[in-house]
Amino acid sequence: MTAVLEPQASAPRPELTAAELTAVRADFPLLARTVRGGRPLVYLDSGATSQKPDVVLDAEQDFYTQRNAAVHRGAHQLAEEATEAYEQARLEVAQLVGVQAEEIVWLPNATAGINLVAYAFSNATAGRGGQAARRFVLAPGDEIVVTEAEHHANLVPWQELCARTGATLRWIGVHDDGRLRTEDLATVVTERTKVLAFTHASNVTGAVTDVAAFVRRAREVGALTVLDACQSVPHLPVDLAALGVDLAAFSGHKMLGPTGVGALYGRREVLEAMPPVTTGGSMVEVVTMETTTYAPPPQRFEAGSQMVAQAVGMGAAARYLRELGMEAVASHETRIAGLLLEAVTQVPGVRVLGPLDTQERLAAVSFVVDGVHAHDVGQVLDDAGVAVRVGHHCAQPLHRRLGVAASARASAAVYTTDQEVEVFAEALAAVRPFFGLTDGGAA
Amino acid sequence: MSSMEQLYQQLILDHAKSPHGKGLTDGHAAESFQVNPTCGDEVRLRVHLAEGADPAQIDRVSWEGQGCSISQASISVMSELVEGVPVPSAEVLGETFRALMRARGEGLEEEAEDRLGDATAFTGVARYPARIKCALLGWAALRDALAQSGALDLPGQESTPAPASPVPAASVGTDPATPQEDHA
Repeated sequence: MTAVLEPQASAPRPELTAAELTAVRADFPLLARTVRGGRPLVYLDSGATSQKPDVVLDAEQDFYTQRNAAVHRGAHQLAEEATEAYEQARLEVAQLVGVQAEEIVWLPNATAGINLVAYAFSNATAGRGGQAARRFVLAPGDEIVVTEAEHHANLVPWQELCARTGATLRWIGVHDDGRLRTEDLATVVTERTKVLAFTHASNVTGAVTDVAAFVRRAREVGALTVLDACQSVPHLPVDLAALGVDLAAFSGHKMLGPTGVGALYGRREVLEAMPPVTTGGSMVEVVTMETTTYAPPPQRFEAGSQMVAQAVGMGAAARYLRELGMEAVASHETRIAGLLLEAVTQVPGVRVLGPLDTQERLAAVSFVVDGVHAHDVGQVLDDAGVAVRVGHHCAQPLHRRLGVAASARASAAVYTTDQEVEVFAEALAAVRPFFGLTDGGAA
Repeated sequence: MSSMEQLYQQLILDHAKSPHGKGLTDGHAAESFQVNPTCGDEVRLRVHLAEGADPAQIDRVSWEGQGCSISQASISVMSELVEGVPVPSAEVLGETFRALMRARGEGLEEEAEDRLGDATAFTGVARYPARIKCALLGWAALRDALAQSGALDLPGQESTPAPASPVPAASVGTDPATPQEDHA
């Protein structure tokens, strides 16, 4: 297990009380709506995007109605207040993940964060960034290692980087239950490995990665680590500094924040050595007609006007999660994961993709229904008001590895209730009978 | 009948269970491979043309594929529908079916629906924007295969449907039936 999960073994984490959960749900206006002819919404698609609490919506509204101005320029009061709100949000996000504010770069989403890192490697390889950036220089013979469980966002940018630099892409495989083959690190990650990019938790199987083992091996060979933290930050206590990764990306919209904003964490000395990618205004020091010097991080990576209101909203989301307490959030969701797994495994002809032990996984439960395509599963659930994700969840190689073309996924968040899982379980039990499949006593 | 029951009519469920034309056979004039990138559904479809017919005539289609009941049933119904049909008429059928998918579940005029026969069972699909692409997968493959065979001229046309030819007697909706892609 990861370092962040270890404390629970000794000290049980606080649970959200029923009253607290009721109060949490009241914070999310959308959860009160009905769908498909008046059915209460059962939103089990938080792995794709989470719903937003009032404090996030209010923070954006407040920014636009009270503080809107260009940040990091202008001497007027509004500019000062806008800049303060923007930087305070950076601090809130940094504190949620245990790092310094200057180590957080705002980006439109996690995909943009991973691409930024990949293109920084390209730029360094083309000679930009000088001696300081030599860690980012790639050549034929160098290797980039990912895992077979990656979301396309943490796979395709590395394929492209290999194509641009001549480096070779290798990967850590997965077990039949979706857990990473951590035991292969010693053979797959070698002195040739320059980057080890991996997910903290699979968006398909929910399996949580043994980050410590990955970081240990990367350090042995001097490779940089890039963590896809999209599925972990909203659901677990995550201390990126303690985990020891070099870079990590996560999105705002999956952690109760707005769309259009995400964060890239980079260890200070790593960001300082990284050449810029997008260039232009706001990221410079001195510009002449011939040449330019660049601002220190994080501004070096924030060219052009930024998504300030969204960043402020993401800051509010981070504060909201910290006030709930990530231990309590994780504890609640671990219990929901257990209920979801129980619901899915109880239905005849339904199979879980991923580990069954809630200590090894998050509450994103993907499954296949024998004889019924995932789209059809999703449609029947939708008719009961239950929103799940269907398809390959942007992880085609993992689905191929697990021998399925597509799956359905029920994924929870802090606001998910036991009753919602019950509605889901009942709807799921009706799927095979609806399509005339009645074996196993399901009819 | 609920929206969902209209979506999954018995005819669709039956075709999904026992599809017509499934299993690739040789002697085809052309083959097309189409995928739905949203969910990975795919079809490989071969068009077999009748010998010496002018205008060109579809003898039959054979196909292999995997996907949801809507996509599989739609390919099956289409395979029945276009058997022995002259290529220009098959193109009209395709246009009419695409019009049905744009009709938001309201259906088409009687004449157009008569032409579509069993394929009108898919009327309810048009209420679910995310499912329209499922129903169109096979029709896109047929059109592409016919174009590749040279039996159908599609000026500047790739394999995805974009209505260019006239659609006689069909009440065509104004909104394009744009399938939704999902991410993340």
